Amino acid sequence: MNYPEFYSALFRVTLPETALELAALLVLIVDLGFLRKAALKVRVTVAALLGVAGCGAALWTLQLQAQGGLSFNGTGEILLASGGSAQVAQSGILILTALTLLLLIDSVFTKHVGEYVAVVLMAATGGLLIAAAQDLLVIFIGLELLSLGLYILTAFAKSSAKSAEAAMKYYLFGGMAAAFLLFGFSYLYGITGSTNLNQIFAALAVSENVSHPLLIVAVVLIFAGLGFKVAAVPFHLWAPDTYEGAPAPAAAFIASVSKVASFALLLSIGFASSHIFIPQLAGAAWSAQLNAGIGAGSGFGISWDVIVFVAALLSMVVGNLAALAQVSVRRLLAYSAIAHAGYLLLGIPTNNYEVALRLSFTSSGRATGAVLFYVLTYGLTTIGAFGVVGVVERATGSDRLDSFLGLHKRNPVLAAVLLVLFLSLAGIPPLAGFWAKFNLFAAVLGVSAGPVPFILVALAVAFSAVSLYYYLQVLKRAYVMPAIDETPIKAHPVTLTVLVLIAATVVLLGCFPALLQGWIEGLCPIS
Amino acid sequence: MLAFAIYLSFAGALVMALLPKGRPALARWLALAVAVAGLAVAVAGFIAGMGQGRIVLVDVPWVPSMGIHFLLAADGISRVLVLLTGLAAVAGVLFSWNIELRTNEFFAFFLALIGGVYGVFLSFDLFLLFVFYEIAIVPKYFLIAIWGSTRREYAAMKLAIYSFAGSAMVLIGLLAAYTTAGSQSTGLVELARAGLPVSFQMWCFPLVFTGFAILAGMWPFHTWAPTGHVAAPTGASMLLAGVVMKLGAYGCLRVGIALFPHGLDPWGFSFAGIGSWRDVFAVLAVIGIVYGALVALAQTDFKFVIGYSSVSHMGFVLLGLMTLNQIGMTGAVLQMFSHGIIAGLLFAIAGRIVYDRTHTRQLAELEKMHLSRRLPFAAWAFVIAGLASIGMPGFSGFWAEMQVLVGAWMVNPWWTVAAGVGIVVGVAYIWRALQKVFFSDLLPSARELEQGHELAAITWPEVTGVVLLAGASLAVGLWPRILLDTIEPAVRTLLAGGVQ
Repeated sequence: MNYPEFYSALFRVTLPETALELAALLVLIVDLGFLRKAALKVRVTVAALLGVAGCGAALWTLQLQAQGGLSFNGTGEILLASGGSAQVAQSGILILTALTLLLLIDSVFTKHVGEYVAVVLMAATGGLLIAAAQDLLVIFIGLELLSLGLYILTAFAKSSAKSAEAAMKYYLFGGMAAAFLLFGFSYLYGITGSTNLNQIFAALAVSENVSHPLLIVAVVLIFAGLGFKVAAVPFHLWAPDTYEGAPAPAAAFIASVSKVASFALLLSIGFASSHIFIPQLAGAAWSAQLNAGIGAGSGFGISWDVIVFVAALLSMVVGNLAALAQVSVRRLLAYSAIAHAGYLLLGIPTNNYEVALRLSFTSSGRATGAVLFYVLTYGLTTIGAFGVVGVVERATGSDRLDSFLGLHKRNPVLAAVLLVLFLSLAGIPPLAGFWAKFNLFAAVLGVSAGPVPFILVALAVAFSAVSLYYYLQVLKRAYVMPAIDETPIKAHPVTLTVLVLIAATVVLLGCFPALLQGWIEGLCPIS
Repeated sequence: MLAFAIYLSFAGALVMALLPKGRPALARWLALAVAVAGLAVAVAGFIAGMGQGRIVLVDVPWVPSMGIHFLLAADGISRVLVLLTGLAAVAGVLFSWNIELRTNEFFAFFLALIGGVYGVFLSFDLFLLFVFYEIAIVPKYFLIAIWGSTRREYAAMKLAIYSFAGSAMVLIGLLAAYTTAGSQSTGLVELARAGLPVSFQMWCFPLVFTGFAILAGMWPFHTWAPTGHVAAPTGASMLLAGVVMKLGAYGCLRVGIALFPHGLDPWGFSFAGIGSWRDVFAVLAVIGIVYGALVALAQTDFKFVIGYSSVSHMGFVLLGLMTLNQIGMTGAVLQMFSHGIIAGLLFAIAGRIVYDRTHTRQLAELEKMHLSRRLPFAAWAFVIAGLASIGMPGFSGFWAEMQVLVGAWMVNPWWTVAAGVGIVVGVAYIWRALQKVFFSDLLPSARELEQGHELAAITWPEVTGVVLLAGASLAVGLWPRILLDTIEPAVRTLLAGGVQ
């Protein structure tokens, strides 16, 4: 093995991660070394701007990455992919991280600003790794880097008991999930003898491995770990408490960046698992395969897809129904996040099948682009939503529905931003959320004409309609019901600018989805 | 050029939202200007389009990779309905002249709703049609929830959820049709030509039709309509009953029937005389006509009478659509126009002219107010509106309902008989309302005589609005060819198998 070549290739491929880590260290140095005596506001602004600059640098270095990814000896064993969906996800992560850092500027929940920004950047690095990882151990490293950062961020509001409780729950739950994940990975390694995704699935395609009994165990355990990350039912229990307890900028980061990274990972797994489908699917209809069930000599592919579909269904149902009963807007956003994870999960097996079908039939690989579009716009919208919630919380002291009463009088711009963002989450055109859902559902239906995708999409649309009710509850408070307290709510100009920009982007992407869609499809071509 | 109706309305809504608060007069006049401009564009487009078939207004690729185009086009049916929207918009603004609370926002939502409605009528791309259809839902919610009256928050949420559920059904059908046709294009013309399999159409048609028909107030999914219309402020209820319910019927025609014609074919078996989806929806329409009329007859609230009469009249539209013959479907489109005008007029009288002055809608209380003497203008207006509503020759409703009845007779005489019963009951509930509200003999009690306050004078916007709407119904009633010459060729083309 040629180490100098390998390490230079490693350096080139991990330039964005390096940039972020350097930025994190720079923030720590500046904050701890030079700004000890400065006012909190100054320190926060400097740290946030340095963090944003770091994200910008990382974005720029994305273009400098070597194409083809990083592998040992240039063989097919890729450790870290570059370009394609990895690039889309990494760009998304960096932009979303920058936005959450900008939202930090007027917050007062902590004095340890440098540490906060540094942890955010390091967690984002973990996210970048996950988005590009093609090897089980690299996945695990990235996942842990991201997760540990998120646990710390959740606990950052030291004076809030809720923050500590949320962080403890998140940490315990997450630690358990990570253990499950690693256990499942170990089984996969045991069955196939490799930790590289492509090689694993190539090995699984061998018939004796396909029906290996331990494979089911591995699949379930792996999904437990990954489902936790995306807050899919039944691994969602951490989400409401974490969304409620974490400080607003941290909650925005958790809700957006970790989702983008996790779904990029799920897409990679699907892409790699396409190897297994060719012998299985040639000439067979999708629904026939699904109806054949888990035990009929099927392997990773079929059982994985069934599990993901079931989790998607449960997430949609539980997320939407539970959100109906919420009186805390943060918990409402958490349950809505679970519901959106459900919709997104529909795209994952679709992606698998499309990738597989592309090799045997001519079909478009729309699901990758659709999932990426959805998760990016969802992340953007969620950051905006938490931004608004943060401002209202600071002004009124709580995030209950009643805090939003009369928002249209107290801060009309904020109310308008809230209107745009929540309607986008509900899926009302001409906003980005509508296009994201339409695109995704069209991709799911486009794979096969069987009843299964149709039923799933029908349920997704139906539950989307249900979701309008709880989003309107918040908007009703903001626009319709009379205000109890009419004092104007002031928002920091930077925060307001960022929120207005986010809302404008949501409208723009909704009216001209080809802008983002075209860029994504340019990087992930539909062959 | 018709496309400018859409652009002007949305631009107007945006400007309205940004206007400085505290100057309601500015908001009103701006809204009126935008509405009149829209009407002018509609009339110009109507005249320019006479004798022509489908005219493409705008065709811009929107998301090329999925075959979605920003495609605006107008055929005869679209032009008539755009004209209706223009009239309803101007009348709606006029009858909302007295709104003082949050005037800017009221007219912003109002104009946004109008823009969405124009958009639906002019879209010839299924995705675009759906986008405009859904855009219309949010302003409706806020108009009712903020400026409405009885149980407004409940009514607004019910209306929003029902509409959204209906459009969810349409979305499922849209996605299914798009992917079954090969994910190539969402244009209405292309999808109609795509040759969707008959078995697919058999289940997709009722799904899409029901989804649109919910908004059209088809029984038994109509309960949002009376509640919503009663709770809405006058201008909004005029729009809701007058134009927005027609969105549903238009969708049934333009999407349901045009794209899935084989969904109406006989099933091969029949159950109690019903052998196809056509029979099912025709029967539901007839039930709606009779049920709506009977329930209207039993109401104690003036506005509820009119709300249920809307459900009844929309039944005629749906019945006409299900006849699938030239005369029946022409009648259906004409009834869309006619009822739009008449419902607007009825709600204007019940809401703006009567309720805003007397502060009651209860027939029992209005009986004692001698409104024929104190509000003679209102009495005149309601007599005219009532005659139009019952289908008196000389007004537009006569031609519309007659054509629907003839068309229905050609398919199944029993439908016509049942619908005829609905017309007779229609006379009854209008007469009852007319008598109780305006011409009752009850003497007021001594206390009421003491209280006898002066009712506010009739203002010029109200007079203008009544003249506009009544005049439109009268004009079409006396010379129906104004509209029929445009509607008939469009229906003929649609029936000839294709969206042209």
